[in-house]
Amino acid sequence: MKSTMARLALISAAALVAGAALAQDKSVKLGNLNDMSSLYADVGGPGSTIAAQLAIEDSGLVAKGWKIDVVGGDHQNKPDVGSNITRQWYDVDNVDVILDTPNSGVALAVNQITKDKNKVFLNSGAASSDLTGKACTPNTVHWTYDTYALANTTGKAIVKNGGDSWYFLTADYAFGHALERDTEAVVLANGGKVNGKVRHPLNTADFSSFLLQAQSSKAKVIGLANAGGDTTNAIKQASEFGITSGGQKLAALLLFSSDVHALGLNVAQGLTFTESFYWDQNDATRAFSKRFQARNKNGQPPTMVQAGTYAAVLHYLKAMEALGANPRDGAKVVAKMKEMPTDDPLFGKGSIRADGRKIHPVYLFEVKKPSESKYAFDYYKQVAMVPADEAFRPLAQSECPLVKK
Amino acid sequence: MSAATQTGLIPTGAVRHNEMSVFFAMAALLALAPFGIYPFFLMQAMCFALFACAFNLLIGYVGLLSFGHAMFFGFAGYIAAHFAKLGTIDFTIPLIGIGPHINLGPINPAWAILLAVIASAILGLLTGALAIRRQGIYFAMITLALSQMIYFFCLQAPFTHGEDGIQSVPQGRFLGLFDLSHQMTMYYVVLAIFLFGFFAIYRTINSPFGEILKAIRENEPRAISLGYKVDRYKLAAFVLSAALAGLAGGTKALVSQNASLTDVHWSMSGEVVLMTLLGGMGTVFGPVIGAVVIVAMQNYLAQYGQWVTVIQGIIFVACVLLFRKGIIGEIAAKLKTAL
Amino acid sequence: MLDLIGISSQALFGQLLLGLINGSFYALLSLGLAVIFGMLNIVNFAHGALYMTGAFCAWFMLNGLGINYWFALVLAPLVVGAFGVLIDRLMLQRLAGLDHLYGLLLTFGLALIIQGLFQNQFGSSGLPYAIPPQLTGGQHLGFMFLPNYRAWVIVFSLVVCLATWFAIEKTRLGAYLRAATENPAMVRAFGINVPLMVTLTYGFGVALAALAGVLAAPINQVRPQMGADFIIVVFAVVVIGGMGSIMGSIVTGFMLGLIEGLTKVFYPEASNTVVFVIMAIVLLIKPNGLFGRAT
Repeated sequence: MKSTMARLALISAAALVAGAALAQDKSVKLGNLNDMSSLYADVGGPGSTIAAQLAIEDSGLVAKGWKIDVVGGDHQNKPDVGSNITRQWYDVDNVDVILDTPNSGVALAVNQITKDKNKVFLNSGAASSDLTGKACTPNTVHWTYDTYALANTTGKAIVKNGGDSWYFLTADYAFGHALERDTEAVVLANGGKVNGKVRHPLNTADFSSFLLQAQSSKAKVIGLANAGGDTTNAIKQASEFGITSGGQKLAALLLFSSDVHALGLNVAQGLTFTESFYWDQNDATRAFSKRFQARNKNGQPPTMVQAGTYAAVLHYLKAMEALGANPRDGAKVVAKMKEMPTDDPLFGKGSIRADGRKIHPVYLFEVKKPSESKYAFDYYKQVAMVPADEAFRPLAQSECPLVKK
Repeated sequence: MSAATQTGLIPTGAVRHNEMSVFFAMAALLALAPFGIYPFFLMQAMCFALFACAFNLLIGYVGLLSFGHAMFFGFAGYIAAHFAKLGTIDFTIPLIGIGPHINLGPINPAWAILLAVIASAILGLLTGALAIRRQGIYFAMITLALSQMIYFFCLQAPFTHGEDGIQSVPQGRFLGLFDLSHQMTMYYVVLAIFLFGFFAIYRTINSPFGEILKAIRENEPRAISLGYKVDRYKLAAFVLSAALAGLAGGTKALVSQNASLTDVHWSMSGEVVLMTLLGGMGTVFGPVIGAVVIVAMQNYLAQYGQWVTVIQGIIFVACVLLFRKGIIGEIAAKLKTAL
Repeated sequence: MLDLIGISSQALFGQLLLGLINGSFYALLSLGLAVIFGMLNIVNFAHGALYMTGAFCAWFMLNGLGINYWFALVLAPLVVGAFGVLIDRLMLQRLAGLDHLYGLLLTFGLALIIQGLFQNQFGSSGLPYAIPPQLTGGQHLGFMFLPNYRAWVIVFSLVVCLATWFAIEKTRLGAYLRAATENPAMVRAFGINVPLMVTLTYGFGVALAALAGVLAAPINQVRPQMGADFIIVVFAVVVIGGMGSIMGSIVTGFMLGLIEGLTKVFYPEASNTVVFVIMAIVLLIKPNGLFGRAT
């Protein structure tokens, strides 16, 4: 053990020296830090590693003499476990960039360490808008979506359709708190009111007592400020306890295609929610999904989180190519990424703002009725599109210190 | 517990001489280790080793199996992290919503650790007073249940930030002198804390107080009939063990720059039992060896996911069925000495 | 009247009923622990893992073998009970004569192994287990909509608990069992195979845990961690009730479920901790537990 560690230390020291001495350092190591086995594993998980590999293939850099590796790690939804892996990857294993990382609690921890060690964090899976708000860093890019965009799209649409009194069922950690906060602001701004809220632990199996509290609040809308397995459990049990048939409406503030698949169309039909990517949008997304599905263990098409990981890695490698070699300087790479306009088959043309926020259009989808679904995974119909410049928090409202006002 | 008594030797002068030699060898080895091994790993290992030694004080020398020691370790971590980062005290009483609010501002890491130790000692006093009302299996179950109560408290109290934990704890300057953000400086401060804690335990078990504890472990009714207020001795040992577990937990929070639910969870209580059992209950150096083995295993097998849990379970079963003396206990028995 | 103090009667009765459902599980599990403890003097830390194994058995029977819920309700406890017999024969019996704490440590290790193996295989998220078609739907009770399945859980676990109590306290076999607990040597002298009785008792206690697991599968989903945290609450229930009495553990189980439900109405923040607080209070007043004998 001691000797391998010594060797590792030597190698890393050698790599550092080499990085400084040789301008032609063309190796990159990516780390997919994810929930590999629990409630978010189908949202990001091993699928994000597949997405990153596809991006490496499509970048064409390997043919040009670059050496690019992807490693995976399971943070178990624990910020301390995530921090330890991050440190180990940066200090010992020479990882340059950490990918995806759903679970905002873990993501905020990785965000800080990445800044301290001047590496790169390309986030796709975490939702908290704080990553590009008060916690923003020059080393982080937040790609796919955030709680502001979700609240601003789903929340606004539901209030405008008459759902003006809310009760929140919130996952009790950074993500749930951010989603509840951003949605509440939208509800109030549009003339609605909030009757109450209850917090539930992450990865809850039995929602009955929380649902009963929501039911007795008499609110028209029960806002589910949670994700993955928590959302699907809450939706199933709400139907078991006759809450939806009793006239209250469920608002799934964050729903992924993998969740709809787990619920089945019978239970999920009619839910409206926000996503920035759907596999069946156009020929380019369908072509990508076909390649992805062929490698995905459970045969499902990519979620928006996995799509975001692909697009972020692709853009990162473009920036790397433009720099000519790996500068081993995270802030420099991210600055280059912000400078270059983005263009990829899944999200189209877009850009990364000064605060690290990637902007692109987001869509309001509705889950199809079983009778409307014509082929496998034919789940969504598009209700509305919000253009890129309206979907995310305006820079003028940003708390991010990187934004010059 | 019978394994604790296996060496059955009252340390003689020669044995103590042996132990001191091993102690200095250990200190020298640890002082040189960071030049070959990832220092962050070593610091974590030392924190867990101190935690296991504190636990061993109870099981090895008083015969009390606490299955809730994570409450001291984890809670101290929260206290140290909170005071090093924010330093606010808010005694708002639930349901009423009023209470004093004090703001000390971020305080020196040394004082943050000291506060963590004091907090654990108080927690140890409260829980210990309840738990020592029962013995044996009940004592284990009660400490487990109380630690689960502390776990839920930490899950819900605002200052612990629930699932997110306390992140980005500043390391600061220890006593205003040592810059802990420098990894090697941090390493030697942690080493000093570890050696201090270890030596404190060593002195305790070889003091008259320690002899009385061992007498209670061997035969409680006899100790009572000799006129000792057994419950007081047990409680004092419990509080001391809690305070030292707190020292380990507070230090660990500054090393890893976070405090989280993992460290108050019952599985952490199980881990410290495992470290001590594997190294050798009632041996001086056993818990250190056990902690290093378990932490190394967790680190190097991390990519195999839950197999780590399975292996830990297998070690538990193997220790109980095959070698109840633990690694150091078996070695000591071979060498016919105490270690 | 309740509405006057800001509590809707709908919420109160609803939470009480949900508490009763939780209480059924507490009662079934603490009953199994009490039976095992009475005979073997072992706190079975693997109880939660075996409860989970019961749920997985039912899941596997349904999805792998096409065996429905009703058969699983009988078969899963038999399978897990047989596994328990194996554990006792291969491991626990080797600990005879040692400090009882070793039994706790051994079963803790077993719990880690079982839970880790399932987690490797199935991840940590839940596997859905459908409510049997005979029990879907529910009843409007006025104050709440009670799903039929949950009503079935309360009734069925009550019946199982009372049957177990009857078998141990009122039958000849139960009399042997109780006698063997008090004085094994004497019972052996009467020509009864005590080690066999001990093994079967462990198997029975474990089977009860598995039964609870099957009952929980449609409510809680089937998850590797479903037993881990739950079992600690059950330990507290056992400490409160005192492990000496069968009826004591049943009553305490249901009662604490109700108290938890009440807490959810009046002070939801404390609903996770209330059982432990009660345990602390009981320890202060009656260290041997509400129904316990002095030890």
